[in-house]
Amino acid sequence: MSVAMPPPDRAVLARRDRIAAALSAIVPGEGVIAGEREMRPYESDGLTAYRQLPMLVVLPETTEQVSRVLKYCHAEGIKVVPRGAGTSLSGGALPLADGVLLGMAKFNRIREIDYDNRVAVVEPGVTNLAVTQAVEHAGFYYAPDPSSQIACTIGGNVAENSGGVHCLKYGMTTNNLLGCEMVLMTGEIVRIGGKQLDAGGYDLLGVITGSEGLLGVVTEVTVRILKKPECARAVLVGFASSEDAGECVSRIIGAGIIPGGMEMMDRPAIHAVEEFVHAGYPLDVEALLIVELDGPQAEVDHLIARVEAIAGDCRAATCRVSTSEEERLLFWAGRKAAFPAVGRISPDYYCMDGTIPRARLPQVLKRMRELSQHYGLAVANVFHAGDGNLHPLILYDANKPAELERTEAFGADILRLCVEVGGVLTGEHGVGVEKRDLMPAMFSEVDLAQQQRLKCAFDDKGLLNPGKVFPTLHRCAELGRLHVHAGRVAFPDIPRF
Amino acid sequence: MTDTLKPRDGKDAEAAVQWALAEGKALELVGQGSKRAIGRPAQTDLTLDLSGLSGITLYEPEELVLSAKAGTPLAEIEALVAAKGQQLAFEPMDYAQILGAFAGRGTIGGALAANLSGPRRIKAGAARDHFLGLTAVSGRGETFKSGGRVVKNVTGYDLCKLIAGSWGTLAAMTEVTIKTLPRPETEQTLLIRALEPQRAVEAMTAAIGSSCDVSGAAHLPAGVAARIPSGEIAGAGGAVTALRLEGFAPSVAHRKRMLEPLMKPFGDLVSVGEMVSQALWRAVRDVTPFAASRNGLDRPLWRVSTAPSRGAELAAIVAKRAEAQMLYDWAGGLIWLALDPSDDAGAALVRRAVAAIGGHATLIRAPASTRAAINVFEPQDAAVAALTKRVKESFDPKGVLNPGRMWAGV
Repeated sequence: MSVAMPPPDRAVLARRDRIAAALSAIVPGEGVIAGEREMRPYESDGLTAYRQLPMLVVLPETTEQVSRVLKYCHAEGIKVVPRGAGTSLSGGALPLADGVLLGMAKFNRIREIDYDNRVAVVEPGVTNLAVTQAVEHAGFYYAPDPSSQIACTIGGNVAENSGGVHCLKYGMTTNNLLGCEMVLMTGEIVRIGGKQLDAGGYDLLGVITGSEGLLGVVTEVTVRILKKPECARAVLVGFASSEDAGECVSRIIGAGIIPGGMEMMDRPAIHAVEEFVHAGYPLDVEALLIVELDGPQAEVDHLIARVEAIAGDCRAATCRVSTSEEERLLFWAGRKAAFPAVGRISPDYYCMDGTIPRARLPQVLKRMRELSQHYGLAVANVFHAGDGNLHPLILYDANKPAELERTEAFGADILRLCVEVGGVLTGEHGVGVEKRDLMPAMFSEVDLAQQQRLKCAFDDKGLLNPGKVFPTLHRCAELGRLHVHAGRVAFPDIPRF
Repeated sequence: MTDTLKPRDGKDAEAAVQWALAEGKALELVGQGSKRAIGRPAQTDLTLDLSGLSGITLYEPEELVLSAKAGTPLAEIEALVAAKGQQLAFEPMDYAQILGAFAGRGTIGGALAANLSGPRRIKAGAARDHFLGLTAVSGRGETFKSGGRVVKNVTGYDLCKLIAGSWGTLAAMTEVTIKTLPRPETEQTLLIRALEPQRAVEAMTAAIGSSCDVSGAAHLPAGVAARIPSGEIAGAGGAVTALRLEGFAPSVAHRKRMLEPLMKPFGDLVSVGEMVSQALWRAVRDVTPFAASRNGLDRPLWRVSTAPSRGAELAAIVAKRAEAQMLYDWAGGLIWLALDPSDDAGAALVRRAVAAIGGHATLIRAPASTRAAINVFEPQDAAVAALTKRVKESFDPKGVLNPGRMWAGV
């Protein structure tokens, strides 16, 4: 583990037994886990390179219990790390040695489905897919579909502002929420929004979404559900160069078409996937594009024809349109299996998540090939082409000395490259601990201090998930200090009326 | 007449806030001042006019992004993206008519600070859903940035969301990046006549709960429909319920064929083409039936947001006890409510109805003396109010920026 976490508070660790007893009084029965073996499953999340046993695991069942646990920890100065299903790819749920891991898995009920207002009110431990499954008999679904949707929970989706392959057209989590109930570190319970389309006052819901569990613990979420599109069809297009593929994507959007999904794979990814899934992908191309159109039948037929024509104009080497639902799913089967397929050809792989302005793709891919040679590590790319979100998969072997460290260095170079070309460090996986120390590549000290001041408004003692997102921890009093430039401001220069 | 500071660039804006901070002055933030009459009358010493920060700095239609200095006229941005077949999908409303100001004014910074939206809110969201990145000066006199210039980004807190709808109380935006989207090829609107509000809400609920991809659902009761400047709408007399379909021509035609049988049980249907449809939805967007009369005796106007299916119920509670006129948008989720003038502009009644059904209400139009005396924005419970105050202090600890515009002490 090569990331430094806040030093454990020895005084807290010394009181571990008393803390466990106090928490057991709040969450009775099997709500507190203190045994090393029983806590082992919680030592890491989806980013398994980092592991740490928590001091204690607490599994509350009610909002009141969450409130009392947090209030107690706030009073006692104990750190808390919230966790959903633990599928974070950035270490957002990585425990702290002196912290309570607050598992929200028992909040697994769907409280209300309101078709008239097209919302579902769910507890945070409900899985993403379970929301869709609860409403699909009525022809509805929940739009954000991160690839971990079988396992990942809505609470985690709110924390990470999760995306998925359909978010160019349907938005990320933040665009599909209407309200929440949240417990602050002090134990205060706040309710924001509801079934109305906009919440009054500051958009607190908007800033909680994607805050990576640093601002509060969500105990209920109101999500929008959408009517399922009448049909969907996909086009599978191969290109001799990534430039041609990129041009095709640009022209599709330029023609006013926003596909339901638009995914690109590079040659190494295509080969790994085809060997694994046998989706019928062409092997003699440099880039493969899946363009999915969804909506009313007449619209989909109309747009498929236009996309085919655009692909032809962009020198497509191959172009196939799905003629049945089975074939559409087969096109997707390859893309959806990209991570395990790469996992088959390499002992380990490391999934990156930058976003770039799409026009810079050829330049980024070229530089990535150079970096790949420099580090002596292969890389395969899958790409949410519509929105520029790039997932390079670095192939490595953790059992070889220093290979993980080399992989991390390669990954960091890729993310710096994304920022250099006008992009960002993370499109959908979050900063967590993984990209924490890269934040200065994108943000100045002033930018980061302002974000941390906002955290202070929610969590004055910095006890909720510390060590994530921000490379340097500051005390709130220090952040709040105001430097007034009295008498030194060049005010007379500003036009005044 | 208060003094006005007019920064030429972001550095000037930063210096102005630093100066105000050092001198203990409070600033009123304005772009073109088009929404100045909304909110509690500000207790400020000077005006910070940001309209000098103007110009589009980046527009890449194929990347769906546009960056502009915060004081850039919204009209300039809308014209440029329209020339490339795109639009701001959040359909920002123009408050000019209901406030009795000049139409077509306002800046992109103002549109975001007020989190503007329009009838397409039900499908495309509000300004906050299209706000990708910003550079701004906090009340601490520090220039900070958040977000980026790509459409998918979760790096750090999403401060854009917080700034959207904060009415200039947290930071002075200097440059912003927004998402642009393709403009629909065509549009049509299906009209149902003479429905009572409750029945109209049921029709709209059925329409937007279908696969027809309806992008506007509004109900105009008789007296309100009569004030729409279009023969097809006003001429027939009586209430009008309108459902908009936008997109590629074959798709619009197909969805119209799907929607008609669904709506048939509610009444006879008439459909109107692009020109009439556009005029109707612009009028709904800008709430022109409640336009200001310019005689200063306008009725108080409330904007109420609630669960769409309960819109008619909420309005009925108000209508039972007061002379009220309503315009329903967002399938019933947005109610524009004009009441007879009274000391509290009907606040007690409106707040009671909102408390009973859920949602929030904002007093958009009322004399300054009324807006100073009552809560303009929905009052918050103790926990949210305290959190709101702490959020304000984290950006603007000394209350330099638009203090008190949303709530006293914020």
